[in-house]
Amino acid sequence: MATRDSFIVIGAGEAGARAATALREEGFTGAVTIIGDEPHAPYERPPLSKTALTDDAEPQAATILSPERRAEHGITLRTDTRVLSIDRGAHRIALSGGEELAYDRLLLATGARARQVSVDGLARDAVLTLRTFDEARALRSRLRPGLRLAILGGGFIGLELAAAARARGAEVTVIELAPRLLARAVPADLAAIVAARHAAEGVTLRTGTGIDRIETAEGGRTLVLSNGERIACDAIVAGIGALPETDLAARAGLALDNGVAVDAHLATTDPDIFAAGDCCSFPHALYDGRRLRLEAWRNAQDQGSAAARGMLGAREPYAAVPWFWSDQYDITLQIAGLPDEGAETITRDLGDGARLDFHLAEDGRLVAASAVGPNGRIARDVRLGEMLIAKRAHPDRAALADPAVKLKGLLAG
Amino acid sequence: MTTTTATQWIEACDADDVDAEDVIRFDHGGQTYAIYRSPDDEYFATDGLCTHEQIHLADGLVMDHIIECPKHNGRFDYRTGQAKGAPVCVNLKTYPVRIDGGKILIGLA
Repeated sequence: MATRDSFIVIGAGEAGARAATALREEGFTGAVTIIGDEPHAPYERPPLSKTALTDDAEPQAATILSPERRAEHGITLRTDTRVLSIDRGAHRIALSGGEELAYDRLLLATGARARQVSVDGLARDAVLTLRTFDEARALRSRLRPGLRLAILGGGFIGLELAAAARARGAEVTVIELAPRLLARAVPADLAAIVAARHAAEGVTLRTGTGIDRIETAEGGRTLVLSNGERIACDAIVAGIGALPETDLAARAGLALDNGVAVDAHLATTDPDIFAAGDCCSFPHALYDGRRLRLEAWRNAQDQGSAAARGMLGAREPYAAVPWFWSDQYDITLQIAGLPDEGAETITRDLGDGARLDFHLAEDGRLVAASAVGPNGRIARDVRLGEMLIAKRAHPDRAALADPAVKLKGLLAG
Repeated sequence: MTTTTATQWIEACDADDVDAEDVIRFDHGGQTYAIYRSPDDEYFATDGLCTHEQIHLADGLVMDHIIECPKHNGRFDYRTGQAKGAPVCVNLKTYPVRIDGGKILIGLA
């Protein structure tokens, strides 16, 4: 790529910031511009549902691309700016301020937005969501001892928020439509351990029920569940999933498939436009090309880097093992790989109540490792599990189950 | 102002306490450190907490000369303390190590 080339990253989140940095690390000498619609420079989102809500000190956005780093790498950042449209023929984008920018290659790192609740009796602004730093700050200002908080959705955001709200003394009810918590991404045995912990911490859990309506009266609101139960509350937060931000791609005529559809090199159906992170779906090389869309911090980083290499012409298929974690109270969940690809589970007892499940496919190949417990107890073995998954290993079942067998020894095999 | 402080050699552990290509935690004087043994049986010492989010590195994985944080997989070369890329960008402080009669000593200023 020539020095005069202009690469533009749309979206100033983890994937966009990582991609911009990676372009420089890979030696790109043209112009690099990041365009974000928030007022902040790129910041870390994981703390928003955890320490940003519980720390005594007023939280600061944890910047991942400081002015110094931007200067060092020659990265231009435009905040508070939306991209209105992409003219693929002319290789130009139109910005909310009326300006147009020319690009040679474009990265869509537009992320996802919180799914909104639609319930009778509910004004749109009556339900909070938690996706951005400003939303976390708004939510934090509401949390206080005795606050009756209803959380719609028993996924990661909802449960991390439940733990944080308990730490701040709120009375918490979690309402989940599915028959159990964490149904989308976490195996049932592990989710049951997490559910038991929340119950022990005093969180009221209601699974297998939706919201029929919300009644508003002086002194608060009452949620009427579809099973008829009534729950009085002072504040309602929805953590019911996220939708990929695909409007721009759709209007530009790019293919969509549960997100912006990209190929194994993270290119969209336009070879000069790539996508990375929560907004895109991609065929995963480790899982027979199964099309995935991942909403995870590590994936945003890895795909940001991979997309940068793709924009520079590399032709390596994206094959990073999916990995994510969640912190609730003093326990951590870590999951590497795709547990739902497994046909058989081998459990390793890590002590201190920590448990690691290995998920094997029918042919004995390791396809996932999932664990719950103190982070220091589980992290190393999950990481080694991840490396075995990446190697497409068929580890010995007895060795996996025996905590005395060092997993590192299996890597050489 | 300039002060000169002689290095204090503190006994951290037995050499055998650390497996090859592994790490253990050592606490001393209100601080926490990580003691490493490389695949070729050299010993190293660094601050015990990751520079990203204050996590104990001794719970992480050692591969060759890299320690990986158990929380977000930030990587450091434990011989030099050098941060090896996102999410870590601040280097890790290192300390000199001496072996004396089968004991590992680390030099604290």
